[in-house]
Amino acid sequence: MNNNILHDFPLLGKKFGDHTVTYLDNGATTQKPDSVIKAVCGYYGGCNANPHRGAYALSVKATDIYESARQKTQKFINAQSSDEIIFTKNATEALNLIAYSYALPRLQKGDEIVISIAEHHSNLVPWQFVAKSTGATLKYIYLAPDGHFDRHDIETKITANTKIVAVTHISNVLGLINPIDTIAAKAHEVGAVIVVDGSQSVAHIAVDVQKLAADFFVFSGHKMLSPMGIGVLYGKKALLDAMPPFLMGGDMIEYVEEQETTFADLPQKFEAGTQNVGGAAGLSAAIDYLEAVGFHTIEQIEQELITYALHNLRELPFITLYGCDAAEGKTGIVTFNVQDVHPHDVATVLDSFGVAIRAGHHCAQPLMKYLGVNATCRASFYLYNTKEDIDRLIDALKKVRSIMGY
Amino acid sequence: MELAELYSDIINEHSRNPGNRRQLINADAQKRGHNPSCGDDITLSVSFDGDVIADAAFTGVGCAISQASADILSDLIIGKTVSEAKTLTEKFLAMIKRENTDDADLADLDEALALKNIANMPARVKCAVLAWRTLNDILTERQSIS
Ligand SMILES: Cc1ncc(COP(=O)(O)O)c(C=O)c1O
Ligand SMILES: [Zn+2]
Repeated sequence: MNNNILHDFPLLGKKFGDHTVTYLDNGATTQKPDSVIKAVCGYYGGCNANPHRGAYALSVKATDIYESARQKTQKFINAQSSDEIIFTKNATEALNLIAYSYALPRLQKGDEIVISIAEHHSNLVPWQFVAKSTGATLKYIYLAPDGHFDRHDIETKITANTKIVAVTHISNVLGLINPIDTIAAKAHEVGAVIVVDGSQSVAHIAVDVQKLAADFFVFSGHKMLSPMGIGVLYGKKALLDAMPPFLMGGDMIEYVEEQETTFADLPQKFEAGTQNVGGAAGLSAAIDYLEAVGFHTIEQIEQELITYALHNLRELPFITLYGCDAAEGKTGIVTFNVQDVHPHDVATVLDSFGVAIRAGHHCAQPLMKYLGVNATCRASFYLYNTKEDIDRLIDALKKVRSIMGY
Repeated sequence: MELAELYSDIINEHSRNPGNRRQLINADAQKRGHNPSCGDDITLSVSFDGDVIADAAFTGVGCAISQASADILSDLIIGKTVSEAKTLTEKFLAMIKRENTDDADLADLDEALALKNIANMPARVKCAVLAWRTLNDILTERQSIS
């Protein structure tokens, strides 16, 4: 199975220096299958025109490609209507859109925003900004010793004053699946909306935004086999309808007069200026690819990889693992440190063996501080990774300490 | 660049046992240097005896390269005058940028020469120069007030 998948990804077979790359940085971005690369090239090579604007066949074709990507995305996450799918540049832009257009006009002193300590800076810094600008309070859900959200915090931090709960579906550092349905129920009980950062979930587990009861759900295409520069904001129609536009300009208007403008309906209201149609074509092909493989298979592959990786990492006495008590409820992300060796040096040594991992704070500095570390190493797996990749990781890790003089 | 060349005995020795990683009581100048990409975060402290650097030390956290570099730098500048230290700092930065490749001229960088080939590893250059840039700031300020 994995071998067939591997052949679909041209970059993974290429040599860089002495090695083909053992790519274990899928949490940062995934590689792209041939079908996605072809879809992007096919768009620019065969159908490129400005959508929605030209009254000629090519522009109609471009509009078709763009709008059918929206419908495909709607079905992919089971949104009720394609009006609820707004294309953005990435998850970060989608979160900023919510912060600026939903939160800023609504929140005031005394209101609360609740996020978790495991958030990526993209789902943290905008809320700090909203809190500072409106006088609202920013509160955190902390973690139980196993890395999962503290149940008591979920129950007590979300209060009658809470207006927004913004949490990650899966942490990009810990890889643990958070109980969104429970948190959503609590948020709705107090009349708050729940914003879900799906950046690390949508490519790894089946997502149904209605089942999750998410009011907003965001993700980036590039972490799910698609090109960089295309992302998605899902929002419930009633919420999006009531929000002012985020960016103003062409394509998002109805009538413009010298002093007044009326805005287009959803989804165009939130898509100002020429959009990333090539990216949407790639996203569409990526969804086709993921659905052909199937999330049952993807989850199974990642479970096998994480179980195998944890088993082997636990054998190494010089490794400290974070959020790795069990493989259950976890996707293919493993965060660790090598005794006495800084993560950046670990990454440099691994790189010399062709093993690509991430080292640093993973855009989650408050989480690092909470875990009591300055930085960590992170290996993150995806559907094309194999047990041999993990063997190469483990073999390289065994050499790190001696290379560093220990 | 070969790994053994990067993590040479000199670098490993200084990163494992940085003799100058300590608090400097009565420091005359102190500056923090930070490297967001890697997380290296050091504070360099210097005390002066007239025009001479009486002592230098650093605290903080970071990768082996940043820590070894800070330790080697401290060793090198203790006992030097401000202008001598400034010349060495400029020489080090020029070596890393490949602006100075004259081995005879670079010889007085002593153990810091072990970092010469870091220029081949763009991802780690910032680690190597962090302490030196921080020292450069301290010395520039010192020269401007005296
Ligand atoms: C959990 C999480 N949220 C948000 C982001 C931001 O994604 P992007 O940089 O594509 O906007 C990332 C990616 O690093 C992430 O892992
Ligand atoms: Zn560093």
